[in-house]
Amino acid sequence: MSKSVLRGLRAAALTGTLVLGSPVGSQFAIAAENPIKLGVLEDQSGDFAAATIGKVHAIQLAADEINKAGGIMGRPLELVPYDTQSDNTRYQEFMRRVLQRDKVDVVFAGFSSASREAYRPIVDQFNGFAFYNNQYEGGVCDGHMIVTGAVPEQQFSTLIPYMMEKYGKNVYTLAADYNFGQISAEWVRKIVKENGGKMAGEEFIPLGVSQFSQSIQNIQKAKPDFVVTLLVGTAQASYYEQAASANVNLPMASSVNVGQGYEHKRFKPPSLKDMYVTTNYIEEIDSPKSKEFYAKFKAKFPSEPYVNQEAENSYLAVYLYKQMVERAKSTKREDIRKVIAMGDVCMDAPEGKVCIDPKSQHMSHTIYLAKVGADHSISFPKTWEDIKPYWLGEAGCDLTKKDPMAQYTPSNPPPKP
Amino acid sequence: MDIATHVFSALYQFGDAFAFLVLSACGLAVIFGMMGVINLAHGEFIMCGAYVTAAAVHAGLPLPLGILAGTVVSALVGVLVELAVIRHLYDRPLDTIVATWGLSLIATQGTLIMVGSTMAGVGTPFGSFQVGDYSYSIYRLVLFCAALGVLAALYALFNWTRFGVLARATIQVPHMAAALGVDTRLIYSLTFACGAGLAGLAGGLYAPTMTLVPTMGATFIMEAFVTVVIGGADVFLGTAPAGGVLAVVKSVMTSWQGQLFGQIGLLVAVIIVVRVLPKGISGFVLRERT
Repeated sequence: MSKSVLRGLRAAALTGTLVLGSPVGSQFAIAAENPIKLGVLEDQSGDFAAATIGKVHAIQLAADEINKAGGIMGRPLELVPYDTQSDNTRYQEFMRRVLQRDKVDVVFAGFSSASREAYRPIVDQFNGFAFYNNQYEGGVCDGHMIVTGAVPEQQFSTLIPYMMEKYGKNVYTLAADYNFGQISAEWVRKIVKENGGKMAGEEFIPLGVSQFSQSIQNIQKAKPDFVVTLLVGTAQASYYEQAASANVNLPMASSVNVGQGYEHKRFKPPSLKDMYVTTNYIEEIDSPKSKEFYAKFKAKFPSEPYVNQEAENSYLAVYLYKQMVERAKSTKREDIRKVIAMGDVCMDAPEGKVCIDPKSQHMSHTIYLAKVGADHSISFPKTWEDIKPYWLGEAGCDLTKKDPMAQYTPSNPPPKP
Repeated sequence: MDIATHVFSALYQFGDAFAFLVLSACGLAVIFGMMGVINLAHGEFIMCGAYVTAAAVHAGLPLPLGILAGTVVSALVGVLVELAVIRHLYDRPLDTIVATWGLSLIATQGTLIMVGSTMAGVGTPFGSFQVGDYSYSIYRLVLFCAALGVLAALYALFNWTRFGVLARATIQVPHMAAALGVDTRLIYSLTFACGAGLAGLAGGLYAPTMTLVPTMGATFIMEAFVTVVIGGADVFLGTAPAGGVLAVVKSVMTSWQGQLFGQIGLLVAVIIVVRVLPKGISGFVLRERT
């Protein structure tokens, strides 16, 4: 074997890419030496790991499929994964590392909004390009970011009016005490008010708290018609078991439960009875596309406990990136953003059709209302198709014209020109 | 709502906070308070107890036997850890911090790799009861009674049994105990195992009410350490009043201003107690007595 072939093989072994059936020769050696690098910064251990290991697996699944089918523009996709350990400082450390040392073309990063806001200035500073494949509190108007997760106008504008119509207008919010919970609670307040309801109460719980007796009593005292639970992390998930054992017996509404932490699988029925969640994907969705995705996922990762919405967001994000690179014929962020500006970057994802909105670089979604039954089975009382991430665009964020690299909220909207 | 409802709810919240503090802290009170080993793997002994309990219940055992299994397995793990690591570090207390911290990382990550990111819960038994406008979980009362039972058992063990006397003698003046024919190595092992088993018991008791994840020990460790630190060296005279004081502060602050202020109040109380009583509550009580 010649030296160049050996080098090619070594590169292939190092990158772990699979280009099956391609002849071992100069062509392959060039391809393997010139991969498109995708940094993967996700929590594979720590408090958030239960919800995020599936994201890493989804990215691996998509990358393998793409590499088997010939890569992106003939170049293999190489993953550069780091375990961010549910720790914001790890995000900053590894974001610098992937951008400066590994020189990746794109980064898929982040679960909690605290971690996203920790790494986003670094992406901006080094002119990187990052995908945040996670539902969140909305409002990030930053040309360096593409958000494939759902946002409040998609999850709350659908969920809260439905719940108020079905159960009543007194709403109690129990939210995690950091930027995600605070801003999401602001959205709930706004939508409840717009629909003529009132907040029976609000409580913010520090991350890592696992004992909820007093919070449960506060809720019973306020007598709401339903509780919006925006609890994050595995420690806070103890709420459901404790509320059920104290017989709180109120319907619950959430943008994060079931779709992220599959609490209905982890807890014994009926602790999540009457939990309503708006999500753009969970494995129970009964469509041919969803079934096909689920089957592929389980074939590659048989012991995966649950295929959640962030796994689907991460999976489709790899394909969206492929499409954008191939249309731009470049991995440069500026070229890719020109493609996004055309407004027709869409794909048929496992959830249904999704498109990237050029103004906010967020994504339209099919939103499924998932209801957890007494036996923890899932039913879908309602589906909203093609819900656009309209708020940022309407509020004045237009990334095709100006890139403020900022996060906005209803009480802190983009400045009017 | 009448006065009785309010009084009951305040008592219930106090009992709930007290049980959590005392059960989290008991094992640590033996290992850290008594033996002086700064055991940062305390949370992982609790996690071990919870996991074994849940696994036993999934395998078909009734919950009390599952909790017993969790306690026994944690105690056995404690014996192994003592033989392999802790035994060599009794006169190097600062080194135990590094060693036990390393153990806790290995235990957390090992569990994540071997058992997975979550384990299915077992469900809380006994249901609920109603007082006035509020409904309460009966199991939380069981936890409160368990905390009182554990305190009583510890008092009896260390004051009325031969093992308790030998353990206290060994820890106070080890060479004198050894000169009098006590097998101090065995006593150290057994005492450490007792602490580990108590941690496992706390894990087993809380397993039905919590998320079972490899990092679950971390939610106990802050409460455990502050209770032991302000309690001082005596297991019973330290942990019981420390749990009582902190439970009052925590439940009052939480009901007044929410969980965040409950935690702030807890830590402020700890700072004040440590400042005023450097030897902890038990140091204060015992000095008064002599």
